[in-house]
Amino acid sequence: MASDPGRDDFIIAIRSAFLKKGTRQNFSLFTLLIVSILVLSLEYFKSGPVEKFRAITKDVIFKGSFFVSVPFVYIKDNYYTFQDHLKMYDEYKNLKVKNFDIESLNNQLEFYRSENIRLQKLIDERNIYSNDYLVSKVLLDQQSPFLKSVIINKGYQHGVKLGVAVKEKSYYVGKIINVNYLTSRILLATDLNSKIPVIVEPSSVNAILSGTGGNIYGELEFLPKLAEVNDGDIVYTSGVDGIISPAIPIGRIETKQDKKLVKFFVDYNQLKFIQVNN
Amino acid sequence: MSTSFGKKLYKNAIHSFPLIILFLLVLTGFDLSFYFYDTNFSFNFIYIVIFYWILKKPERLGYGLIFLAGIIHDVVQNFPIGISSINFLLLCVIATFIRTRTLLPKLSYDWVLFFIAIIIISSINYNILTLVFERPIQYGTLMATSFITFLVYPIFSKIFNRVYIMDLRQENAE
Repeated sequence: MASDPGRDDFIIAIRSAFLKKGTRQNFSLFTLLIVSILVLSLEYFKSGPVEKFRAITKDVIFKGSFFVSVPFVYIKDNYYTFQDHLKMYDEYKNLKVKNFDIESLNNQLEFYRSENIRLQKLIDERNIYSNDYLVSKVLLDQQSPFLKSVIINKGYQHGVKLGVAVKEKSYYVGKIINVNYLTSRILLATDLNSKIPVIVEPSSVNAILSGTGGNIYGELEFLPKLAEVNDGDIVYTSGVDGIISPAIPIGRIETKQDKKLVKFFVDYNQLKFIQVNN
Repeated sequence: MSTSFGKKLYKNAIHSFPLIILFLLVLTGFDLSFYFYDTNFSFNFIYIVIFYWILKKPERLGYGLIFLAGIIHDVVQNFPIGISSINFLLLCVIATFIRTRTLLPKLSYDWVLFFIAIIIISSINYNILTLVFERPIQYGTLMATSFITFLVYPIFSKIFNRVYIMDLRQENAE
């Protein structure tokens, strides 16, 4: 009984697509697919020589990627500089009407700081706040709908530890999720997978700040229903996880469509140099 | 001498155009994302480059180099290393299959098949990431990205077609 010629053609086409090398091709697609699956299965090994090799490969690719991205970063920087110039006059008007009494604010701050130290001693609280930081340069800025992260030029060799907080000026940016020899990856607070324990002041309400994928706002989760959280309240890291230092300012509360959002203090489009807490 | 050098440079640039674009995209992680109604959308330019050139002239993008591009893409985008290589190579398999079955190439035909191809690839990608690696990924965003990639395919197809014709002219002139 003869088989259907149409079906035979179909099978031949599939077989040819998978196995035929094609003109000027060194490998067949089937071979490369098998190699890809083998490479993917190496993800199972999270330590040892495989991890070391992976860290070196990542370092090499990140450095290469940094050099290739230089012209694009230059264009992007100029675009944001131009935007800043356009906003300059409005900012000047805003600053003119604000009344800053920096000296008095500083005195208040000193008073609260010493009071805080005294109270912490009273209740025997372990202080995990650290003033030790490492200034790092942002090599790559990866911001797509699936991932909001940046690569910095400091790694194991410079003493960077997994999970620690990263700041810009004094504001929270994100945390270290991957450390290689010479580079590290920071998961930004804007990423969908970012969850940070926070405290809202002055009401001292604990919640979890979750990224939304957007660069301006984050969302508060697990907020008690009766909690008094008002627009303008400041959100700080709470430090309850024992890794991220407490009291790092993150953003300000804004209510939009009955949702409590946090407007970040950091401009995630213009990250250049950041501080890694040690 | 400068004219011949210029010609050589132009010829090489046209000849290597798909490879240059592919590696620029994977190394920079450039995805042309934009905001629409407070939602971040993007399209996958890499899929368009691979699908178009494997259909038209597979020898311009070696399979080995596509595999390497996938590895770089995974490192830059923080995906499990190897997953993008699988995606890109499966896209090559579908494009090669279409190439062997097509007698008279037509943009509309390629366009529809491209949609089917990226839906298959995105589904495989989603399943591996969520089921095997337990990485949370928004299915809606993934599908929206695939759909936008499908919508813009004809525009880039027209642009690449011009480069393809320039490349053919160069080849015939030799």
